[in-house]
Amino acid sequence: MIKTLRTIVGIGIVSELPPAQDDTLRVREALQQEVLSVLGRALCIRHVDAGSCNACELEIHALNNPIYNIEGLGIRFVASPRHADMLLVTGPVSRHMLTALRRTYDATPDPKLVVAVGDCGCNGGIFGTSYATVGSVSAVLPVDVAVPGCPPSPVRLLQGILTAIRQSVGDRTLKAL
Amino acid sequence: MLSLWVTPPDVGSGAVHAALLVDSAVLLLEQEIRDGSERYQGLQELFPAAARMQRAAADLCGVRADAPDQRPWLRHTAWTSDEAPLARAPTSGPESGSAVDDYSFVRVAGDGVHEIPVGPVHAGIIEPGHFRFSVVGEKVLRLEERLGYVHKGVERRFTELDPLEGHRLAARICGDSTVAYSWAYCQALEALAGLQVPVRATWLRGICLEVERLQNHLGDLGALGNDAGFAFGLAQFSRLKEELLRVTESVFGQRYLMDVVVPGGVAIDPSADVIARLSSVLRDIAARVRLLRDIYDDHSGIRDRFAGAGVVTPELARQLGLTGLAGRASLQLRDLRADAPWSPYHALTPTPCIRREGDVAARVAVRFDEVAESSRLTRAFLSDLPDGPVTAPLALPREPRLAIGLIEGWRGPVLVALEITAAGRIRRCHVHDPSWQNWPALEHAIISNIVPDFPLINKSFNLSYSGHDL
Repeated sequence: MIKTLRTIVGIGIVSELPPAQDDTLRVREALQQEVLSVLGRALCIRHVDAGSCNACELEIHALNNPIYNIEGLGIRFVASPRHADMLLVTGPVSRHMLTALRRTYDATPDPKLVVAVGDCGCNGGIFGTSYATVGSVSAVLPVDVAVPGCPPSPVRLLQGILTAIRQSVGDRTLKAL
Repeated sequence: MLSLWVTPPDVGSGAVHAALLVDSAVLLLEQEIRDGSERYQGLQELFPAAARMQRAAADLCGVRADAPDQRPWLRHTAWTSDEAPLARAPTSGPESGSAVDDYSFVRVAGDGVHEIPVGPVHAGIIEPGHFRFSVVGEKVLRLEERLGYVHKGVERRFTELDPLEGHRLAARICGDSTVAYSWAYCQALEALAGLQVPVRATWLRGICLEVERLQNHLGDLGALGNDAGFAFGLAQFSRLKEELLRVTESVFGQRYLMDVVVPGGVAIDPSADVIARLSSVLRDIAARVRLLRDIYDDHSGIRDRFAGAGVVTPELARQLGLTGLAGRASLQLRDLRADAPWSPYHALTPTPCIRREGDVAARVAVRFDEVAESSRLTRAFLSDLPDGPVTAPLALPREPRLAIGLIEGWRGPVLVALEITAAGRIRRCHVHDPSWQNWPALEHAIISNIVPDFPLINKSFNLSYSGHDL
């Protein structure tokens, strides 16, 4: 126990300031105001892997580490789409995930946001459109923000999420500090 | 057995291939297939892991094995049982694959037995797959896996690419093993061309492979602590992993090492000062991990959850052909880096990390041991890094050939079998993830454990979905 406490105290707080939002990532204008008025600052995200190679997932995981500390911004990953305000969707949408992806979207209560993640989520990436893949998230769901990259860095992901909810959390956190 | 795959007769001379590891050599068995309706002798009785590979080959190539289980494996509804994507592209419209099929799971009957279906969308940030538990109360009687949800048509996509571009697709088959896959692909390509890769390039590839191993082990050790209710572990290990990712980016320009291994060498030649920085960060991380290991070892709650959970005995592991990291935790003394070293591992050979208990605790211990060993090895590579060029020009021969690439990735051996045509096109590229051998073992490991321990046991194997579903 004493080693655990000593480690915690020794390392201290390592969280960095979040990035500013980036409007170039936005692909759709609808909804945000409605979502924001319902949500305030808190946001719950359900991640859906629709055929990703797992690299995007590794970077999404990194958002939860103490350095990016996404929970510190009031944003949480949740276990069920029924608890979610936003879907974070990766992959070129494999045809075998089509139904599961649509059902996950339908199970998410309105109003909801969709962020497509990675080159595959944006345009199918190297897999493109084939007998096995649909080719992009926007071919299946209305996408609000698309974050390219292979895989996108946690900073880009955070920018995408913050852009979707039109929050400059960075500025606010700066003032709060 | 390393892998089993089929080249359909429609694309040239058809054959069933089985690659076996005999001592330190790969034995490649081939049986000619003249007609797609011909059946071949299944190997599932000698090698249980072959059963699913044969089903997948039937789905993709239309060539069936003589075996009791004829259910589809990778095919759901994106194509029909008459179609074979590797023989000719299935006809597909925008809605192809959206129907839900009726897969016949094995039913367990009896007083109080009920089923719990889980997935394909899971509760965490992980890949999709379906698990069907048959349980009494909390105790698991049987688990049946159903995979194939992230099938992306990788092997067909290879045949559309130039062989010199294929490494980019290989790098994106399984994102956590990008170095292992792109190296295995390039190794096969370089063998086809008879190319000797510059020695500095092979050492840099070795560094990349060990860094990839460290990144994954650090992530897993944190996640395993978290699954046992010890959030401190996740916070500490994910911080260390981030530190490693950042220094990796400063050395190779990438956090995850996509496209660093290229045909003929590596894409980046790092300078001496960033190499020194990587070395010092690795020393720091190894020291931190030693402290965290003490904390894990002293923590009674963690010991209670880890010890005795999800056991695969050495005997069962041998029968099932359990491989890689999970195999070494069940006394399977195989690590290609030591058993069949290739450059740079014949210059600096790691000591394989072995346990015999085969439980979650053993798989955690192997990871801790390998973090220490890999960081020692990487620093040795860094300090003796030879000078010279990092790429060599590569020219493919103008004749049909087959070559195999085989790399011990962090999860286990990754195999790439690359066949080219006389015109220098890819005729068939088969890629094989060690998860093929280990997924069936997970079904055994969970028996008689309780349902809430499944996430922990599953994580302790950390098998790939994308690398398996292709």
